Amino acid sequence: MTEPLLRLSGLTKAYPGVVANKDVSFNIGRGEVHALLGENGAGKSTLVKTIYGLVKPDAGTMTLEGQPFQPPEPRAARAAGVAMVFQHFSLFDAMNVAENIALGMENPPPQAEIAAQVRNVSDQYGLPLDPDRVVGELSAGERQRVEIIRCLLQDPKLLIMDEPTSVLTPQEVDILFETLRQLRAEGTAILYISHKLEEIRALCDNATVLRLGEVVGECDPRQTSARDMAELMVGSTLHVPEKADKPAGDVVLSLNGLSAKAPHQFGTALRDITLDVRKGEVLGIGGVAGNGQDELVAALSGEMKTNKAMITYKGQNIAHLPPNARRKIGLLAAPEERMGHAAAPDMSLTENAILTAMTREKLTSNGFLHWAKARNFAQEVIAAFDVRTPGPQNAARSLSGGNLQKFVIGREIMQTPEVLVVNQPTWGVDASAAAAIRQALLDLAEKGSAVIVISQDLDELMEISDSFAALNEGRLSAPRPAKGLTVEEIGLMLGGAHDMEVAHVEG
Amino acid sequence: MDLSSINPILLLASLMVAATPIMLAAIGELVVERAGVLNLGVEGMTITGAVCGFVVAVATSSPWLGFLGAAIGGAVLSLIFGILTQLFLSNQVATGLALTLFGLGLSALMGQGYIGIKAPEFPDWYIPLLGDIPVIGPIVFQHDPMVYVGLAIVAGVWAFLKYSRAGLILRAVGENHEAAHALGYHVVRVRMLAIMFGGACAGLGGAYLSLVRVPQWTEGMTAGAGWIALAIVVFASWRPGRLLLGAYLFGGVTVLQLNLQAAGAAIGVEYLSMAPYLATIAVLVIMRAGRAPGSLGQSFHASR
Repeated sequence: MTEPLLRLSGLTKAYPGVVANKDVSFNIGRGEVHALLGENGAGKSTLVKTIYGLVKPDAGTMTLEGQPFQPPEPRAARAAGVAMVFQHFSLFDAMNVAENIALGMENPPPQAEIAAQVRNVSDQYGLPLDPDRVVGELSAGERQRVEIIRCLLQDPKLLIMDEPTSVLTPQEVDILFETLRQLRAEGTAILYISHKLEEIRALCDNATVLRLGEVVGECDPRQTSARDMAELMVGSTLHVPEKADKPAGDVVLSLNGLSAKAPHQFGTALRDITLDVRKGEVLGIGGVAGNGQDELVAALSGEMKTNKAMITYKGQNIAHLPPNARRKIGLLAAPEERMGHAAAPDMSLTENAILTAMTREKLTSNGFLHWAKARNFAQEVIAAFDVRTPGPQNAARSLSGGNLQKFVIGREIMQTPEVLVVNQPTWGVDASAAAAIRQALLDLAEKGSAVIVISQDLDELMEISDSFAALNEGRLSAPRPAKGLTVEEIGLMLGGAHDMEVAHVEG
Repeated sequence: MDLSSINPILLLASLMVAATPIMLAAIGELVVERAGVLNLGVEGMTITGAVCGFVVAVATSSPWLGFLGAAIGGAVLSLIFGILTQLFLSNQVATGLALTLFGLGLSALMGQGYIGIKAPEFPDWYIPLLGDIPVIGPIVFQHDPMVYVGLAIVAGVWAFLKYSRAGLILRAVGENHEAAHALGYHVVRVRMLAIMFGGACAGLGGAYLSLVRVPQWTEGMTAGAGWIALAIVVFASWRPGRLLLGAYLFGGVTVLQLNLQAAGAAIGVEYLSMAPYLATIAVLVIMRAGRAPGSLGQSFHASR
């Protein structure tokens, strides 16, 4: 066997109270797309930060092209040919594309030359990008292109990608994969981190699975089923949500021609949405981000005021009610953005529990808080949804994304709503936690609540929905039974769905 | 009121002098804030610079050494702020306010033996040829050297931020410190340097008051110049060009209202004294554009 491009042996890194990486060893060859799998908190981020020079390992060695490789800082890693695309984009909103790219380069040429190079590379890899635009105005996909081009301009030998597709539309994912395949053909190695197992099966040559900081297995993702890989990550049999067939109940929530103006410059107007949701039903709403999902959740939760009589709940007009009044009568909502919208980052979990649960769980009386009761409620959510945190006194910010997601969804479910609206319930959550959240949503429906799930993950919607509707430019298609819907039919529903690819559901 | 007693050429000429201390303090703070640090201690650093400059200038009889001492004094004081906020992660607002109070007290202590003394002469430059141009010559080209040093600093900061790699990194650190750290830039180091530059500039501004404008030492002589500098940075949308405009506008209205007072205008003195503040804020608010650096005022710690 020839010398691999990057050889990791015995990498160990401990933080106070937790071993992030324990004796991690594997190799990445030239032109290989290598997947790194693991649950939230399995130590993937620490490992790639070690390779990129942001973290110093306590023990272990790395070699790059046979030479010892121990970058003291990212500059050294970049100089050696290692580039990284970050999960949370490392971009500067107020600066233009060329400036952002210059910041990621070791010895950048003058701005004008960078602009020319950007145009050149973006033509070569089919990644359209205007170097003079301000990054803050770009879409998620375009912002990622900035990061990728920043890496490509340095001719990397190894490109590290941390959760690159979590914010992309299916169409953008296709473009990205095209680029990555082209890079592989040119001999660039790629270390690819993702929760989306079907993507890994479609793209990667090899996979290393981490669990609790240790390598627990390697596999060929093209030969291994997504389920087997998920079980390798979790270390136990993966529980696939089970859906019981049941007769639909009475209509509990009706939208009658719901229309609303776009709440802000970048928002989408809701247009004439008519919908009946029944007890015990799970309604899945699909569509590409930015087609009115946030606005629909806001209209249902009461965050956005709508005209009279557009929303009826159990025969009562509730369009004028504010969020807490809606919570009181049993209509709860969990928005998409967990940090800052669903949860206040610097407040404790107990305080965050109080914020939405005080009415239904009676956590206040006469304007005073019942701290003990609130703490118990938070603790129950933590226990029921396996939220990994030392306790409810910890700040929401200290939780990883997936754990916080479990908490904010669990907080609403534990209040036993009669109607629950969730937006992207498993966004950025690992496979086992996602399965647990989906199961909890199904259990809630089982008990007779109506659940509206808005998601961009069509697989997820097909798995749990009784009926499916598509949101497109603020218009909602008529719901259809989810059972037996084909990919083509979904595609038609999504699109009037201009140029939206649904290849994503095929995997 | 006798408006003929106001000489427009003299008025415009003294505008540049009146604007210089605020301009110096503000350009330093602009760099600090573009690096993402909010230092509310400008007033304290300015007056410390005023007393340091005065003491050194009197001791050495050299105004130039005085200005150098003032810059060092301001930078040293700002270093306290830098260590507290960048290394010990103390709250920037509270620390900045404390720095102002500390600077006022420290300067009063240091300047005790210097009240009533006159500063050494700091003669105006008479720039040949340019200074001979009628009207423009006396307005623009017959000042003391610090007026031009101040302008050079503003121009230098503008070019530094716009064209240099270091300036790009400084802006990146202020815009998104997490991302800058992830790319391998030294957030704390960049900020420390920016804070010290800000302190040095504030010190120069203070020394200009005690060595040129007044020129002697009295307690609390900066009288809020540091606060105006802070306001100008914000209203100038963190851009050097607008900052220059704001400082000159403030200086201009200050000089004008003093002249009006001397000419016995029929408006109350209180209203005239208010005028520079109102005019500056009004104009800069109307012209306002752009946004604050993304990480302004937030503490950075690498582990988070």
